[in-house]
Amino acid sequence: MACWNPNIEMMSKEDLDILQLKLLKELVDRAYDRSPLYRERMDEKGVKPDDIMTLDDLSKLPFMSKKDLRDYQPERLFMAGKRDIIRYHASSGTTGKPTIVGYTKKDIETWSESLARALTSAGLGADDIVQVANTYGLFTGGLGFHYAAEKIGAAVVPASTGNTDRQLQMINDLGVTVMAATPSYMIYVGEVAEKMGIDLRKSTLKTGLLGGEPWSDKMRERIQSQFGVRGINCFGASELYGPSWTECDEQCGIHIWRDIAIFEIIDPKTGDKASPGERGELVITMLQKEAFPIIRYRMGDITVMDEEKCACGRSHPRMMRISGRVDDMLIIRGINVFPSQVEHCLHTNPEVGNEFQIVVDRKGALDDMLVKVELKPEAFTDNILELNALRERITSRLKNSLNVGAKVELVPTGSLPRFEGKARRVMDRRDI
Amino acid sequence: MNGPDYKIKQLSIFSENKPGRIAAVAKAMKEECINILAFSIAEGAGYGVIRVIVDSPVRALERLQRDGFVVRFTDVLAVEMADRPGGLYDLTEMLSEAGVNIEYAYGYRNEPFAVLIIRVEDTDEGMKKILAHGAKLLDVKHFQPDAGC
Repeated sequence: MACWNPNIEMMSKEDLDILQLKLLKELVDRAYDRSPLYRERMDEKGVKPDDIMTLDDLSKLPFMSKKDLRDYQPERLFMAGKRDIIRYHASSGTTGKPTIVGYTKKDIETWSESLARALTSAGLGADDIVQVANTYGLFTGGLGFHYAAEKIGAAVVPASTGNTDRQLQMINDLGVTVMAATPSYMIYVGEVAEKMGIDLRKSTLKTGLLGGEPWSDKMRERIQSQFGVRGINCFGASELYGPSWTECDEQCGIHIWRDIAIFEIIDPKTGDKASPGERGELVITMLQKEAFPIIRYRMGDITVMDEEKCACGRSHPRMMRISGRVDDMLIIRGINVFPSQVEHCLHTNPEVGNEFQIVVDRKGALDDMLVKVELKPEAFTDNILELNALRERITSRLKNSLNVGAKVELVPTGSLPRFEGKARRVMDRRDI
Repeated sequence: MNGPDYKIKQLSIFSENKPGRIAAVAKAMKEECINILAFSIAEGAGYGVIRVIVDSPVRALERLQRDGFVVRFTDVLAVEMADRPGGLYDLTEMLSEAGVNIEYAYGYRNEPFAVLIIRVEDTDEGMKKILAHGAKLLDVKHFQPDAGC
């Protein structure tokens, strides 16, 4: 199996620990020295660069938030002067005003290196023709894939977004093998192809580098079976560089290069480190950044890390699918509950549909959580004992997966409210 | 014409425990000019199953489905019993002797006799046992006279 940088990618865990600590120390020195904002934050918390002696000492450092990045002038935040900045990008600004991000020459190189390793691990190489159907411009998606694909020697078709007919024509005329896009655009391209009578399964297009928005394994299955395009999950954000990591050919989580970043999972409520294998808020430290510091940056995304060695042989940890946002989190009797966990658990029961609703009340001093889920018409039986048994089964599965008990109510299909776009499935009626 | 048919098509309707659900079923039957002969509700946790015997089951099912109800047919048996004190006892005693296991039952009066609707685990087997013990099962035709409004 091909490896872009075998020295790092196949490095032992022990050697990676040493390398990571060295990079972390350098980063903290750099930030303390050059970023007035981060220095202030460290001083407030009473921590000095010398306090970072082990990797665990990372937890001594203050968090950074989206607000920090947005509210401060680049001169207060950046670690590099204007002269050394060679490029700017901006976040898409979905949660507020856009954040301006700067890059030194080395930042651009490290970014491409990270993604070049990822693309190689997904089985791509110099024989591939990569059509980048992400937006080129302030958004990092276009140029990110562009640089990395060129780095591994692939040919790049900088198609950017839109003009789907022409996208399909390019795929056909050039023999494009890989398309970088959002998952929803990939599906749209597939649907347009079907309408035009083109069977993508018979085309040269074999791989989709998909990311930039939340998506699910269900969408992946559809993209793979209906269009014959292997969906590789990608991750990144403009604050971090841009798209920087992907799954390898095994498609079981996104490899996070340990010399590039540290992905911590914390309890969003307490800020404490989550136990291994526990779901929580993603906190990112970018180890090699020169311009825009990202140290213990709270992403607000909910996910879980897998530290086990991957079947591909790499020991770099893998980030599982992002299952929600911290903003969606509920605290039920002291336990963090994410609607996405409920959704995931309900999906394991074939008798119920995709729609559900969570109703939270306070009964006396205790929180009371009710999950309403639609029974599929074909699963309805006249036998109330069987219905009760199904309800019990779902109740116990939910309890196992959430670590907190919830009541389950089966309702007829079509009786729960349907939402356009992001579903508002939670009704929190607690009056605290 | 076929022999007697004792399998009665009961409508089983899945419903939320919320006001107006029974009324919605009843209204649909009224509008279709369908007569409800027997009726019962089984209570689950937050939901219920409404069980109805009507004179036009197929039409009733179609209408309820059109109205968005989750509904299906369930085969039940209708056993005639004497309309006097002890009538239910005599019948259930007989059913127990016959080894008929009842999942659920509900009754109604239908002068000059009374009727017990029963759902048994194995309808064919239950039918045979009940007939062998001399009880009288009502034929489907009993429930579907040429009704009209």
